[in-house]
Amino acid sequence: MASIGKIARRGFLFGAVAMGAGVAFGWWKYATPYANPLEGMGTTLNPYVLIDAGGVTLIAPRAEMGQGIHTTLAALVAEEMDLDLAQVRVIHGPAAPAYFNAGVLEEGAPFLPIDESWIAQTVRAAMHVPGKFLGFQITGGSSSVIDAYDKMRLAGAAARAALVQAAATRLGSSAGLRTEGGAVIAPDGTRLTYAELASEAAKVSLASAPEPKPRDQWRLLGKTQPRVDMLGKVTGTAAFTADLRLPGMVYATARTNPHLGAGLVQVDDAAALAVPGVKAVLPVPNGVAVVATSTWAAFKGAELLSFDWAPASYPDSAGVTQALTAALAAPYDSRNRNDGDVDAALTGDIFEATYTAPYLAHATMEPLTAAALLADGKLQVWAGNQLPTQILKIGAEFTGLPQDAISVETRLMGGGFGRRAEMDFIAQAIHLAKAMPATPVLLTWSREEDMTHDTYRPAAMARVRAKLDGGRIAAFDLATASSSVVESQVGRLGYTIPGPDATIVQGAADQPYTFANHRVTGHRAPAMLPVGSWRSVGNSQNVFFGETAMDELAHLAGADPVEFRMSHLTHAPSRQVIQSVAEMAGWGEKGRALGIAFCIAFGVPIAQVIEVEDTAQGLRLKAAWAAVDVGVALDPGNIEAQVMGGMVFGLSAAIRGEITVQGGAVVQQTFWDYEPLRMPQIPTIRVKVHETMPRLRGIGEPGTPPAAPALANAIFALNGTRLRDMPFARSVNFA
Amino acid sequence: MPTTLTVNGQTQTLDLPDDMPLLWVLREGLDLTGTKFGCGIASCGACTVHLNGEAVRACQTPLAAAAGAQVVTIEGLGQPQALHAVQAAWLRHQVAQCGYCQSGQIMQAAALLAATPHPTDAEIDAAMEGNLCRCGTYPRIRAAIHDAAKGL
Repeated sequence: MASIGKIARRGFLFGAVAMGAGVAFGWWKYATPYANPLEGMGTTLNPYVLIDAGGVTLIAPRAEMGQGIHTTLAALVAEEMDLDLAQVRVIHGPAAPAYFNAGVLEEGAPFLPIDESWIAQTVRAAMHVPGKFLGFQITGGSSSVIDAYDKMRLAGAAARAALVQAAATRLGSSAGLRTEGGAVIAPDGTRLTYAELASEAAKVSLASAPEPKPRDQWRLLGKTQPRVDMLGKVTGTAAFTADLRLPGMVYATARTNPHLGAGLVQVDDAAALAVPGVKAVLPVPNGVAVVATSTWAAFKGAELLSFDWAPASYPDSAGVTQALTAALAAPYDSRNRNDGDVDAALTGDIFEATYTAPYLAHATMEPLTAAALLADGKLQVWAGNQLPTQILKIGAEFTGLPQDAISVETRLMGGGFGRRAEMDFIAQAIHLAKAMPATPVLLTWSREEDMTHDTYRPAAMARVRAKLDGGRIAAFDLATASSSVVESQVGRLGYTIPGPDATIVQGAADQPYTFANHRVTGHRAPAMLPVGSWRSVGNSQNVFFGETAMDELAHLAGADPVEFRMSHLTHAPSRQVIQSVAEMAGWGEKGRALGIAFCIAFGVPIAQVIEVEDTAQGLRLKAAWAAVDVGVALDPGNIEAQVMGGMVFGLSAAIRGEITVQGGAVVQQTFWDYEPLRMPQIPTIRVKVHETMPRLRGIGEPGTPPAAPALANAIFALNGTRLRDMPFARSVNFA
Repeated sequence: MPTTLTVNGQTQTLDLPDDMPLLWVLREGLDLTGTKFGCGIASCGACTVHLNGEAVRACQTPLAAAAGAQVVTIEGLGQPQALHAVQAAWLRHQVAQCGYCQSGQIMQAAALLAATPHPTDAEIDAAMEGNLCRCGTYPRIRAAIHDAAKGL
């Protein structure tokens, strides 16, 4: 999340240096400002490779929240070092600026994702430089593989080259040395393991940066890999935050003001303190935490607290709708798409429709959990989180310790979807650790606390006006309004970012359709309920608005929805995914109810088709298909899993997802009243992966946005009901 | 009064409150952390274990109700070196994403296959409906259950 204008300008300043030096050399050169965080932990060749007597450990410094990133990142290094994934240990590693993520900024460049001009490419590449200077170790924006693709392969190639050079020195010859299975092998069969060469290799200074392998020599990349975390996850041994056990550990749960952001006036904790096992009730920002000998005792105590809360500063749901309506009528926040003369073209008989999307919770399966220990002048934090370097910052603020006295262990997370980029639950654990020195505290939120204290996907409203002429769109004018995710989320991190918020129009302003007159306007509604990044961010509402409107216009024009989209697209990879998904689904066959939707999200063209049918129990999703283009498919099996999962996530929201506000508090409490889809509702899903886009892109989020409009369009095909408001279960009876 | 029960084949005598849910007995009393807390009201299935061979929600099973019973958790179903057929199928199909719900999914599926060795899709729907997955691994869960059934 960054100011596009600001980053782009900084990008230009640094750009010439980065481009002149070349990517590979640039990585080596620019690696210098940040210390290798692995120094002192064993023999380390660079921030991604650690070798000791036990073997090779690879550092995958992005949050594993289910997207399979540890496997793919480790494969980038293992590929170059001729290691098998089964031979290495993969860890998240420490919180350190050396693990900055530049990829997250790349799609923030102010160019359409299909713009491959020299200038667009230069700015995207330059984004990697300011990313490093910002030092953000963030997991988000489907950016991990973009950021890692070059630098982790180079790290692996450089480690291999240093090991080979160390072997050559020892053997007195570099002739015919090869690497295999974690060893350098000489032509006479002499085998020197990486472990025995490591300390000598660490002293080697390479004359030049080695080249990564060409694709035709890949052994691991491009092929489906067994996930490195799978065995732990099927045997119950994978270590999530709540599974941490330390000597003397106490268990806690928090209750903070349900009027989000407002303070605590008064608490009566007498009944809570009387619960056997409850040790203390301690303050945390805007509330308290109950500390006990078990999480269960802490939960029981928390239920007996009675509070006097300060009131909410934001409106209830009816007021939110009014605010969105008013925002659409107010001056705009952004207008980065304004082709032709829309006002002049929108005359006579025009199409006009209004669409809405509600607030949504992340509702990760694992409720928010963090642990902390303050002892001997050191703070240790354990948490599944998407932003570990920020923990160093808040830890220093709350304890007064220098950042180098703080360590963060990023644990596996039971879902993230953007929620674990927030600091609230981690801040609470640090406050408790400070109040109870030398005592490790494990904080677990109840499901109800999690559901009612989220940073929600903003509620949004859009108005589309369009003019058809000769069966084509002559003018398309989309205005979309929501609170600003960037303002809310970055504000909570302690930064202000001036200028328009691109996420308000994400998934609308950046789409590849060519309309002669085309305008996309973003309207910033005031800050209301706290909002945050929710899998695919602005795409999650705007693709529903735009692609439902496209379907409406196709029907108005008497055109086939697939043909209609194709007639407004020249971008070849976009056309290909639409063609591909239509073929997979048997588009055009009589008697079937199919709906299509398409978008580019995070630089990935993706098209989905959903088929629905009527049953005695209600409307049923029969089957679904998706075609995507990720440029380079590093792990096809994992890409399939992410597209399926992203689609199910989008369908859960489309059908049943809705957070409402009443009396200043979120109404929905748990999975009874905010219920994701379950096994019987899930259609068969088929996924096809293409690789024609010029740049590699990440796939954690693109599967989500087209699901809702594809379903809405299928329902229209089935029975003529046009759904313009989510969730659909408000007006349709689903089986 | 101490409660005696058998967990993964081992007899355990525990001096914990009678009304403490089995979930927390397992997780914090016995440090068997493979069984997960998801909601505390039996709506998600993340805490599913076997009680005398039946799949139950550990968050709604007080310790007193497990007295004298045979409890099996994910740790007891199979181990990394000796996987249960359902775990092996999960590995072949690369089912898990975040993995948080999967202990419960696997315990539920193992109970289904013990009672119904070759379930239809409708039987899988009925048995697995109580187990939520936010990552959307449902299609692979279904495939893995059918695959595990073949090996039984």
